[in-house]
Amino acid sequence: MKARVLVNGVGAKACGLVLTAPISFWGGVNPKTGLIADVRHPQHGLSISGKVLCLPGTIGSSSAAAVLLELVTANLAPAALVLHEPDAILLLGLIVAQEMGYSTPIALQLDRQEFGRLEGDNISISSSGEITLA
Amino acid sequence: MPLELTAEQQAIANGIRGEGAAMAMRIVAATARLMEAPSLIPIASAHIDGALYHGDSGTLFAEKLVAGDARVAVRATLNVGSIDLTGCSKNLLPLHERAMARRMMDAYRKLGCEPSWTCAPYQAGHRPARGTDVAWGESNAVVFCNSVLGARTNRYGDFLDIACAISGYAPYYGFHRPENRRATVVFDVSGLDPAFLRSEVAFPILGSLYGRELGDAVGVVAGITADPGEDALKAFGAAAASAGAVGLFHVAGVTPEASDLAAALQHQPPLAVIRVTGAMVNDSRRRLSTAVTMDRLDAVAIGSPHLSVEEFDRLEALIAGRHLKMPLYACTGRHALAALEASGSRAALEACGVVIVADTCVVVTPILPDIPGAVLMTNSGKFAHYAPGNTGYGVIYGSMAECVTSAVEGRPILGAAG
Repeated sequence: MKARVLVNGVGAKACGLVLTAPISFWGGVNPKTGLIADVRHPQHGLSISGKVLCLPGTIGSSSAAAVLLELVTANLAPAALVLHEPDAILLLGLIVAQEMGYSTPIALQLDRQEFGRLEGDNISISSSGEITLA
Repeated sequence: MPLELTAEQQAIANGIRGEGAAMAMRIVAATARLMEAPSLIPIASAHIDGALYHGDSGTLFAEKLVAGDARVAVRATLNVGSIDLTGCSKNLLPLHERAMARRMMDAYRKLGCEPSWTCAPYQAGHRPARGTDVAWGESNAVVFCNSVLGARTNRYGDFLDIACAISGYAPYYGFHRPENRRATVVFDVSGLDPAFLRSEVAFPILGSLYGRELGDAVGVVAGITADPGEDALKAFGAAAASAGAVGLFHVAGVTPEASDLAAALQHQPPLAVIRVTGAMVNDSRRRLSTAVTMDRLDAVAIGSPHLSVEEFDRLEALIAGRHLKMPLYACTGRHALAALEASGSRAALEACGVVIVADTCVVVTPILPDIPGAVLMTNSGKFAHYAPGNTGYGVIYGSMAECVTSAVEGRPILGAAG
């Protein structure tokens, strides 16, 4: 599978985490632990750190980028972000992290119908957006 | 279509105005490529939401811009910070967070931003002209700027707002393009009781419903026969933008791009029509409250968005010199605080037990005491939305009159006149 690269970053070899509902990073993800903190979210309590995180959508606050930047600086970011559509508010966190000198996970765009294929334990993503399922 | 930068924009990215401005321009250009914008456009002003502390990295980002000699190229007002610098209210932030939040607020001042510290900059003298392109953050300010002022902004998140202000440019996409400002959904309130539509709670309740129904779509409210006034539109937009990703609404016959319904629709048929019923209104009102019982009340909070001087006048008239049995937190900006001090209203309100909160508000920073099971009453759709998650307080929603009566009596009382 080949996906559009939204933000360049380091490739990944990790297990997938496909969220089944949109999430607001601010208030929805704890920047100090990487755990999903929104008690109403279906994946509440799971860690997004080190995962190929598939987001069906993002909602809410304009501070999502601040939370993502905090995760990157704390080494708690996902290994890769896969979005249904580009999201300027969230992905600014990666763009700014690069300006601050951090290496960041890659962000890809993929139709959310394809997300089910990324549920596996061993997903490789190249820095050009090539996705390989083991 | 690849992004094309002008020679001047490229020169800024290359550092002609210093490393801070270069970093800002690179961030704006990277966002434009991400959103597939063909070009950057000059902006007339910015409203910066990025000075609220969420962690040390945000402070270090702002200080990196300062170290790179960055300055805003356009007028830039500041949204709320995490600390009340006027000293009106006390903050419960731990020491490290407090120091980093203070450093962050200082850094944004050094970048040349105005210390307005308000989520209602449009009532503090920052009102861009209709049709001008601006880069505003803070969801309620974005929606007011687009909808009530008719200026053009996307929903600018943290970091991008200040990057646009420093570079002086924004990516050309979204609400900057006139064709994307067309209403595609009609939100018809003509079937509702006219007495309800005249009440203060109508606009927050309808805004909350509108946000849930429309998400990020542009809609036009039809069936409003009299101009509801700026504070009502402010409350509608804030509630809509917290319940959904609303960035622009029109009100037929009221807002500047909706001289009538057809104008808001840009003379095309709507994709959907929502006929609002009394049952939908009652459901929306019910959803604003989360408290399961009406047997306790610990605080009252109003002022999201920040109260205007006119709203303070109403508050003072409703209190009528009575002593409050519990704190009533009234959140506002320095623009209103200065007027309250000049008129003597600040002293009068504080003598009754009102706690004025300036520069910040009770849902973005810890001001409310930590009390297990506590309940808050508010007339703000936005406070009602965010208070349970951010403060731990349950919410009872009511009008300003009900908020005042409850604070005077020390227990929740709904049904107060006014």
